Amino acid sequence: MPPPALEPAASGDKPLVLLAQPLFPEFAAALKGRYRFVLAADADAAEAAEARVLLVPGLKTVTAEHLDRLPALGLVAATSVGVDHVDLDACRHRGLAVTNAGEAFAADSADYGVGLVLAVMRRVAAADSYVRRGRWATDGDYPLTTKVSGKRVGIVGLGRIGSLVARRLAAFGCAVSYHSRSPKPSAPYRFVATARELAADSDVLVLSCALTEETRRMVNREVLEALGGGGVLVNVGRGGLVDEPELVRCLREGVIAGAGLDVYENEPHVPPELVDMDNVVLSDHRAVLTPESIRGALDMVAGNLDAFFAGRPLLSPVTL
Amino acid sequence: MASHAVDAAASGESPTLLLIRRSDAALAAALRQRYRVLDSFASGEPLPAFLAAAAAAAAPDPPRAAVIVSSSVVRVDAALLDAFPSLRCVVNTGAGVEHVDLGECARRGVAVANSGAVYSVDVADHAVGLLVAVLRRVSEAERFVRRGLWPVQGDYPLGSKLGGKRVGIIGMGRIGSLIATRLQAFGCVIYYNSRRPKDSVSYKYFPHVLDLATESDVLIVACALNKETRHIVNKDILDALGKDGIIINIGRGAHIDEAELVRALNDGRTAGAGLDVFENEPEVSAELLSMNNVVLTHHMAVFTLESKSDMCDHTIANLEAFFSGKPLLTPVLPK
Repeated sequence: MPPPALEPAASGDKPLVLLAQPLFPEFAAALKGRYRFVLAADADAAEAAEARVLLVPGLKTVTAEHLDRLPALGLVAATSVGVDHVDLDACRHRGLAVTNAGEAFAADSADYGVGLVLAVMRRVAAADSYVRRGRWATDGDYPLTTKVSGKRVGIVGLGRIGSLVARRLAAFGCAVSYHSRSPKPSAPYRFVATARELAADSDVLVLSCALTEETRRMVNREVLEALGGGGVLVNVGRGGLVDEPELVRCLREGVIAGAGLDVYENEPHVPPELVDMDNVVLSDHRAVLTPESIRGALDMVAGNLDAFFAGRPLLSPVTL
Repeated sequence: MASHAVDAAASGESPTLLLIRRSDAALAAALRQRYRVLDSFASGEPLPAFLAAAAAAAAPDPPRAAVIVSSSVVRVDAALLDAFPSLRCVVNTGAGVEHVDLGECARRGVAVANSGAVYSVDVADHAVGLLVAVLRRVSEAERFVRRGLWPVQGDYPLGSKLGGKRVGIIGMGRIGSLIATRLQAFGCVIYYNSRRPKDSVSYKYFPHVLDLATESDVLIVACALNKETRHIVNKDILDALGKDGIIINIGRGAHIDEAELVRALNDGRTAGAGLDVFENEPEVSAELLSMNNVVLTHHMAVFTLESKSDMCDHTIANLEAFFSGKPLLTPVLPK
């Protein structure tokens, strides 16, 4: 392991890395012996003064106050893709670098997003429940489901995850359009200037963008009404992208046809009204979670830490 | 079809059509607009009584065509054809024609049509939906969240990545190829078995299902049911697929030795299954109902709003072709 390039090792060979919360067992095992880990909350004065890296496992909130306690900080390393749990303004003001999991989770998130589209429109999960409750033999007709292939898909956020969602749904013959902060000239899909217009032109609206001040509650009543009575919303981004109480109302009132949700405004709290609806598919923020993508995220984190301490370019810096 | 806009039955010009069904009111209504329909469901009689009455009432214009709604339990065999010697065309609303004696029909000059490609896309989409649901535990997550376990038990066991999985498709007809294109977009590697290799696809061909199973992580049954393919997925195949293997069935229940599959799932010798069809529908083995690593749907892969409407149009298109002396759009020939 190369010694830190910019500073003499203060205590031992291994660089000090503060943890915003304990590491997942897999991460701890894989990174063991490479860094000296100390929980930020347990750091003594010397460690707080020395620490150049804050590693943030999971979605632990990191505020300006947390950052202020670490005068030597240069890097905030997240294990996730979304970094809305970190005060990015404070990072920008301090001149800190922030890294995320890069591409590690992209394919699995995209796969799950498409899985939710299929599960909602073709009622796969609802049918599974119907069969398990023994209703096939006893009940009569089951509602017809909605064809997926060939439907108009609107993707909000055409980043790594959004572009993989697009590619998968294009293989189903879906016409794909997207909305993002700015058009992506190389993307072979139609750009739409606002989320509301995108919803109006779509049968399925998939959210795969970052949560920022601009995107918070971007899916509001207006957008849901534009999506309309046959429309389906799928969210594998962040719960905060959606006005959740409004979504519940719109589902109840039939303003939209259904929803597939992996994320919620206040996890693990899921609005109880949704639990009674069979035109929604609910999951526990697992879109990213496969053993392979976790290993990928681990490689990204380790790679970013190594690069930082060696003075090399970071692998997956987030633009602040 | 503007020529039949007025209820044709009233005009007395429309041909007689035998309709054997247990559901599908919309189809029956559309057919009544164009034909004089002898409708088994509308008669309210048990099928044998209906058929006898229909045969007797057939004159002066006995039915030259029949529409069989595939969910019906009727065999199109010598007995039926003897009862309606005027039949020259049988249109099935489904894809499968296991209930039709194709040889007997051919000997009597009775043309047979099926649904052609009408359902293929929806079946392929459902197969992909089942695979993602099994691999990524979508249904399990649903149950977990709905039972309020997320806050209590924390995160649920992980699913398994789709990308890089070797998917072996048994049958590379319309449905198999549509499944293949979709799964390739997820980064799956496609292998297949069929009676003969297909020049139109570039996936790796396996002449024997056993070899396909050995090299695959997932097996998808997408072939027709006949004598050769009954229990095509049996114990040997499941063993070859291995303990991490997943089975998806959107064909017919009889494609899989269901008892053997249940044993293999129970013993952990197969990792999971997504099943839309079962050997003894609507019965599903109690053991399957309590497994977390299976996704079960009630033979619904074809039942979308769009395909219902398409099927209706397609059935009428075949009938119109027949009645105007043209070839059927989607004929089925004996092998």
